[in-house]
Amino acid sequence: MFDAYEIRKDFPILNKLVDGKRNTYLDTAASAQKPLEVIECVTSLYMNEYANVHRGSYWLSDRVTEKYENARKIVQQFVNAKTSDEIVFVRNATEGINLVASTYGLKNIKKDDEILISRAEHHANLVTWQQLAIKNGAKLKYFDLDEDGGFNLDKFVSKLTPKTKFVAFTAMSNVLGTIFPIKKICELAHKNGAKVLVDACQYAVHKKINVQEFDADFLVFSSHKVYGPTGVGVLYGKYDLLCDMPPYQYGGDMIEHVYYDKTIFTTPPARFEAGTPAIVQAIGLGKALEYLMKFDFNDIEKHERELTSYATRKLLEIDGLKILGTAKDKGGVFAFDINGIHPQDLAFILGKEGVGVRTGHFCAEPLVNMLGYTSLTRASLGIYSVKEDIDILVETLKKAKNFLS
Amino acid sequence: MSIDTLIDDFSFLESWEDRYKYLIELGSKLPHFDEEKKKEEWKISGCQSQVWIIPHFDNDMLYFEGDSDAIIVRGIIAVVLEIFKDKSVQEIFDIDVEEIFDKLGLREHITPNRRSGMLSMVDKMKYYASQKLKE
Repeated sequence: MFDAYEIRKDFPILNKLVDGKRNTYLDTAASAQKPLEVIECVTSLYMNEYANVHRGSYWLSDRVTEKYENARKIVQQFVNAKTSDEIVFVRNATEGINLVASTYGLKNIKKDDEILISRAEHHANLVTWQQLAIKNGAKLKYFDLDEDGGFNLDKFVSKLTPKTKFVAFTAMSNVLGTIFPIKKICELAHKNGAKVLVDACQYAVHKKINVQEFDADFLVFSSHKVYGPTGVGVLYGKYDLLCDMPPYQYGGDMIEHVYYDKTIFTTPPARFEAGTPAIVQAIGLGKALEYLMKFDFNDIEKHERELTSYATRKLLEIDGLKILGTAKDKGGVFAFDINGIHPQDLAFILGKEGVGVRTGHFCAEPLVNMLGYTSLTRASLGIYSVKEDIDILVETLKKAKNFLS
Repeated sequence: MSIDTLIDDFSFLESWEDRYKYLIELGSKLPHFDEEKKKEEWKISGCQSQVWIIPHFDNDMLYFEGDSDAIIVRGIIAVVLEIFKDKSVQEIFDIDVEEIFDKLGLREHITPNRRSGMLSMVDKMKYYASQKLKE
């Protein structure tokens, strides 16, 4: 039985006071809190089982290597990849996207080819392609969304041309909350001869990833957003594509043989993991995913759907509050404006009451500007969010509104 | 008003509500910039609110004007302008703003959160002073 109140007990930080107030944490879209088992896993590794991986053949190194490679298998299971060789550990989703752009992109996207992305991308999935396009003379195109932030098939299809070689999109917008139809987009892009990268950073916390069902070519997400440690992220890539990609960085652990005048690179995923990886963090990520997979994703979705509709209703009780992004298929992310009151001012006051929200443009500046703002306030939900979080947010917003108007 | 008066005033304000009210009041006395003054050149980078600071050099002295689109931030700017009021370039370079914010009970607003832009505002003002000192 899914019970968010029970789940809260797994997250030590949620049961501590912040600056003397209840921790009303509504910034999971920026980074999720960590369950005790992840924290203990990380601590225990440093205490009992730490050494470098893939190097020595002594007991500690063997143990850690086994755990590190087992984490890769857990990620494989989490995204339903065909083999764990399709899982590359990177620093974060941003690095995963950069890796694909710098290797697959530079090699395969040529002058006058088109890269198609949505209007709602995080800077990581925008600037990276924009800069690649500048470098190799390709064109970066954007597909528009509906007025309510929803995905519009016609608007997407109308931007596909014979020159479209690559499509990148967020599976769930970190501003609008919109959930994109991943499978459909991949199918249409493939029919058009384009490869696809899915930014699953927000999606991964809320819905089940299935790369085989999506038929995604690449998919990225960050550990710290799925209740895991910071410093590690995941790049999934179809094995044949990864095999065809040159290395991203050079160094140890990514080579077969090195000569003074040349190097033979090893196979994926090691080819893309130059240097000592984030060993402990990757194992911690494995633990976080095991934690997450103990739940049925249908229950997580149901809980968040109910809370999303409760939050929408409560927020709209505030006079003058406008939610940006009201698509039918939307997850627990609420970016809003209240009568033009500056989000920075709101955040100061929310912070005093222990309410953690994000303000600014959420690393999606062009989108926020297009919506007519320079800055918005955003509340976002996690597996441990409960009605009280929403109630305190709404009460504090009302108080702040009176205070600042 | 001197900075000592401000420190004195703030010491009587116990709740954050009162401190914010006072900051908003201080900010409300700052003149608003005309649109033409809100140039990219004067904008302090930071993504939560827009802050503009314009330096004016007069011999050894350095004066500032400032504005923001957030009202509490305007109050913080008013405090910073007060700290830097009628000071020479050298004095501006030397002042320990953090220490004064500490005394004001506003330390949290000058923490190195690169997003809030408050510390970068002070850094930028000190940068103007340092460039002048190099001449």
